[in-house]
Amino acid sequence: MLIELKGVHKTYDNGQPLHVLKGIDLEIEKGEFVSIMGASGSGKSTLLNILGILDNYDEGEYHLAGKLIKNLSERESATYRNEMIGFVFQSFNLIGFKTAVENVELPLFYQGVSRHRRQEAAMAYLEKMGLTDWASHYPNEMSGGQKQRVAIARALITHPEIILADEPTGALDSKTSVEVMDLLTRLNREDGVTIIVVTHESGVANCADKIVHIKDGLIEKIEDNRQHHSSVFGADTIMK
Amino acid sequence: MRDLFIEIWESIRRNKVRTCLTGLAVAWGIFMLIVLLGAGNGLLNAFMGDSDDFATNTMNVFPGVTSKPYDGLKQGRRIRMTEQDMEMLRQPAFADHVDKVSTQATQGGYAMTYGRRYFRNIVLTGCMPDVEKVDRIQMHAGRFINERDMKSRRKVAVITHLHAKNFLSGSTDYDRLLGKRIKVGNLSFVIVGIRHGAENEDDRAVYIPYSTYKHLFSLGNRIDELNISFHDLETEAEAQAFEDEIRASLNAAHRVAPDDKRAFWIWNRFTQSIQMEKGRSLLITALWIIGLFTLVSGIVGVSNIMLITVKERTHEFGIRKALGARPGNILKLIVTESVLITAFFGYIGMLLGMIACKVLDLTVGQSKVELFGESFKMLENPTVGLSTAVGATVVLIIAGTVAGIFPAMKAAKVKPIEALRAE
Ligand SMILES: Nc1ncnc2c1ncn2[C@@H]1O[C@H](COP(=O)(O)OP(=O)(O)OP(=O)(O)O)[C@@H](O)[C@H]1O
Ligand SMILES: [Mg+2]
Repeated sequence: MLIELKGVHKTYDNGQPLHVLKGIDLEIEKGEFVSIMGASGSGKSTLLNILGILDNYDEGEYHLAGKLIKNLSERESATYRNEMIGFVFQSFNLIGFKTAVENVELPLFYQGVSRHRRQEAAMAYLEKMGLTDWASHYPNEMSGGQKQRVAIARALITHPEIILADEPTGALDSKTSVEVMDLLTRLNREDGVTIIVVTHESGVANCADKIVHIKDGLIEKIEDNRQHHSSVFGADTIMK
Repeated sequence: MRDLFIEIWESIRRNKVRTCLTGLAVAWGIFMLIVLLGAGNGLLNAFMGDSDDFATNTMNVFPGVTSKPYDGLKQGRRIRMTEQDMEMLRQPAFADHVDKVSTQATQGGYAMTYGRRYFRNIVLTGCMPDVEKVDRIQMHAGRFINERDMKSRRKVAVITHLHAKNFLSGSTDYDRLLGKRIKVGNLSFVIVGIRHGAENEDDRAVYIPYSTYKHLFSLGNRIDELNISFHDLETEAEAQAFEDEIRASLNAAHRVAPDDKRAFWIWNRFTQSIQMEKGRSLLITALWIIGLFTLVSGIVGVSNIMLITVKERTHEFGIRKALGARPGNILKLIVTESVLITAFFGYIGMLLGMIACKVLDLTVGQSKVELFGESFKMLENPTVGLSTAVGATVVLIIAGTVAGIFPAMKAAKVKPIEALRAE
């Protein structure tokens, strides 16, 4: 079992406490493609952040690849994030003063990989994303789809076991959304990367094999979607 | 390490405004500090530079005019000092403090000739041998006036190296002049020594033995001044008490009212030097305080900008953390950047400051002000030592680092998700 959540609770406390996650039990195997759906404010992002060790939780247990993720030092969690997890965000989160290739390299910088090897690897992934010509461009010179592909290249460069994507298509039009989702699907099929995508869009969720529905901080149901019939608009379409 | 520098170089290159602002604060701080210290040093040097040209344990007494009637004598009486006054002060009663008592006399406006060379407006000074010590006279060749010259009323003279140079047509082989004859007015003297004459002042006196002078000018018993050197006076109060004691004795000897301070003018170099020293240390303290404030404002500037920088970059640090940056990486990134910027701009500020000091030296430093009929240099050598300059720069760099560390630690500690949420 790659990811195992047992009774995870999370309460935000800015003045008045807000109980966001009210006991989440969730198991995700290696190589799965899971999407998380739910209404706005239901706690999807909160859950994903806990999975990515970007945030902590208050109660319950979270095991990542057998290791209990609780009260880790910043150093330890940084290492886990660096080696196990790749992030793709709705707002891309590229560093503005770095070129595409420099952005992609960054995770390897924190692994102490030499500059030359970093650059090589980054170029290889950019090529995979069809962005070779854009390597030395800065983020503000690229389209949303291109930026998101740079972000995916960056997420992949450390060969993580898990890709966590929080509304990766949220800022993209339908055509580029399809491209990005195809890319993630291919990564899952061909390279066996575990992918967890938070989304509002049923078409996006439909790419996944398993859809987790969250409601008011609890898992409402887990839908088996290996047939990819979930989308009301039919398979292989993403309607905006 | 190289990667870190490239990383920092990128961030500096792409954030020029921020970098320049930080740099400006640093460079300005150092620049002001160095110019201030330099100007302060210049002031100190200009006004107090020659204070250690003389022994400070001396006192000169000149005759004045009584300001009070006393003992049947009217006020306004001109005092005449005689060799008896010298004798009196040499008595064992004063031996606790008095070292030597001597006198000298001076007459100006002579022409001095050596062969075909000559000087106009030469001052002839009859002096005793201890002037050499009291006035810290440096000899270039030969010797100063000695006791035997005094006893035998020898017609010998000590001239300055500036005279000598002229006599030798620019050569500095001063020994060649020893034993040669010069004429001052229509009197002939044998040169026995070449002393150092201060270049910038009108220090052109030709010294001859007092006894010779007295004889040549028929001074008789009268003396123009009393030069007393003393010992074992530690404080200003002691020196003042000693001065009062001398004044009292002289007043008594000349039938002057005990509280009349005008009958004798006493120039006490000891109290004067103590007062100068006080003024000096006051000025130095003031300089240091101003300097420290400048430095502090530089530090505040740096830490302020670091604070803003860190706030501005919080989101970026969040991204880095999500990608696996450890707190130490973030800390190192900020602190190194801060150190590099402060060091670079601190260095520039230091250079500019030193150039400014040089400019000050070449402009204001060359001008003179008229004060009490004498001209003074406004600034003398207004520069700071390299070690002070480097020291100040290093202090600012360290301070910049410390100033950077606190916001950096804060940034390093922020949870990644919070950093990512920051915009
Ligand atoms: N840092 C925070 N402090 C306080 N409350 C928060 C914080 N982050 C999220 N919340 C609240 O927690 C709840 C869940 O937020 P979360 O971001 O997980 O929702 P979501 O399901 O991702 O919603 P959306 O679809 O709009 O992204 C919301 O009510 C939100 O306002
Ligand atoms: Mg969300």
